[in-house]
Amino acid sequence: MEFPAGLRYTKEHEWIRVEGNQAYVGITDYAQQELGDVVYVELPEAEGAVRYMEPFGVVESVKAVSDLFSPVTGAVKQVNEELFNRPELVNSDPYGQGWMLLVEISDPSQLDALMTAEQYEAYLRQAKEG
Amino acid sequence: MRYIPNTDADRQAMVEVMGLTAIEELFDGIPEALRCAGPLKIPKALSEQEVLRHMRTLAGRNANVEDYAAFLGAGAYHHFIPSIVPVLTSRGEFMTAYTPYQPEMAQGTLQAVYEYQTLICQLTDMEVANASLYDGSTGVAEAVLMARRLTQRGDVLISEAVHPEYRAVLRTYVQNFGMQVYEVPVDETGQTPLSQVKRELSPRTACVVIQSPNFFGVIEDLTGFAEVLHHDKVLLVQVVAEPVSLGLLKPPGAWGADIVVGEGQAFGNALTYGGPYLGFFATRDQYVRQMPGRLVGETADAEGRRGYVLTLSTREQHIRREKATSNICTNEGLCALAATIHLCTLGKVGLRRLAELNLQRATYARQQLAASPGCRVLFTGPTFNEFVLETPELASGIIRQLSTQRLIPGIDLGRFYPERSHQLLMCVTEMNSRDEIDRLCSALSAAVRAS
Repeated sequence: MEFPAGLRYTKEHEWIRVEGNQAYVGITDYAQQELGDVVYVELPEAEGAVRYMEPFGVVESVKAVSDLFSPVTGAVKQVNEELFNRPELVNSDPYGQGWMLLVEISDPSQLDALMTAEQYEAYLRQAKEG
Repeated sequence: MRYIPNTDADRQAMVEVMGLTAIEELFDGIPEALRCAGPLKIPKALSEQEVLRHMRTLAGRNANVEDYAAFLGAGAYHHFIPSIVPVLTSRGEFMTAYTPYQPEMAQGTLQAVYEYQTLICQLTDMEVANASLYDGSTGVAEAVLMARRLTQRGDVLISEAVHPEYRAVLRTYVQNFGMQVYEVPVDETGQTPLSQVKRELSPRTACVVIQSPNFFGVIEDLTGFAEVLHHDKVLLVQVVAEPVSLGLLKPPGAWGADIVVGEGQAFGNALTYGGPYLGFFATRDQYVRQMPGRLVGETADAEGRRGYVLTLSTREQHIRREKATSNICTNEGLCALAATIHLCTLGKVGLRRLAELNLQRATYARQQLAASPGCRVLFTGPTFNEFVLETPELASGIIRQLSTQRLIPGIDLGRFYPERSHQLLMCVTEMNSRDEIDRLCSALSAAVRAS
């Protein structure tokens, strides 16, 4: 499993990649593997807003349905509409073509509460052992 | 037949396990004064034969549509049920089938439901229909909740000509969701005017709910509704309480409806007092993830053979828990089956003829009754098999008078709309012969003249 160093991670297994005052959001390699084959992704409207650690959508696989939590508060600039037709991109390329949201970040300090790749890996190890 | 399978010895053994000597000790917590002393004062047991005779006597005190000439509609319609419907629905394979979680065991049930869904789509001109809901009223409530999920808005505009009981059930469903329900009045045609709906629209409006033919029997003119509503991302929910009308009328899908709900009783289901009835629910493909209720899909098995399964179950309670689209986790299987068999028996042409017959009989009755002294047909809009007759006397009094002649002329609208106490809602179907209609007209004229 891969956890790119430049990203920040949530305990609900979302990642966020910051580019200026905007950021891409998706789910981690671990999340996609645990879910299994993703068959459906429900995302908010392109002009909507998301709030820190509140659900913004739903990801559905052949064996489970899970809420998606936003790592930050902000305005949705874009959603990855490609996922409506090709939800399997979440499995094949979770940090690339499997991205879900592009958000304009309202409060950059929220990023400080998120985990680094190293912390996230430790968190996963701990969860597994616990 | 014994309904408690435990023997006295079983019970004694259980009492001993609990460390007691008698069952009565379990009730020690209830004060002596509140306990019933001695045997219950109930009549002695009757034999099966005596019970049947007793029940028949009780049932005989009810008026029914076989012994009375009834012109009752208002959401429950008296239509002919061909014998093939009860014969097939009473087959053990259908009658006793439970929720078809195991597709390998339930292909017959699943296929029947799939056929039902297909028929509802064809009837309403919609893309996807669920396996049915409880009835028309809960269908309306589910449609509104679905519109709320889709639009993330909390207000509803509903025509005052949607069945009053449907509106009451809607209010019960949404009262704790912080949703506001606003009612839109009808005009002199009996239709819900688009101009009025436009005035009431707000950025909080999730959907507009219109019934056609409406509770006053009037066929709504939905020209322009979908365009106006969709412009503001408001959904159009169309309600059909009398689906036989769809044999003739432009289907809701063609009006641009986003969600169509209704009562399916008119197809193959008898006028049972209080149900079970049958709610149908259809929508657009793009909204299917937010649709409530069971859904059967067609698929292929490992060998490529056609098969049927419950599908998109992730919307449902047994998987989604509190985030499910609805708390409904069943369907009206047998009622839906009756509707399916009835519709297949009628066929496309048969349904149209049935609808024409209803229209013809009702039109005849409407013309004749309008000539009764002091009476007039209230609304000017077009009608199908129901209409409102304004009477010079209280509608309730007329109903009482005519019932002594084994005639039930209709429903007193004052029951639902206090200001309409001089209005009768009348329904005429293929079950009302011309003789019956003529008898109604002369009895009504006599009653009005006498008072």
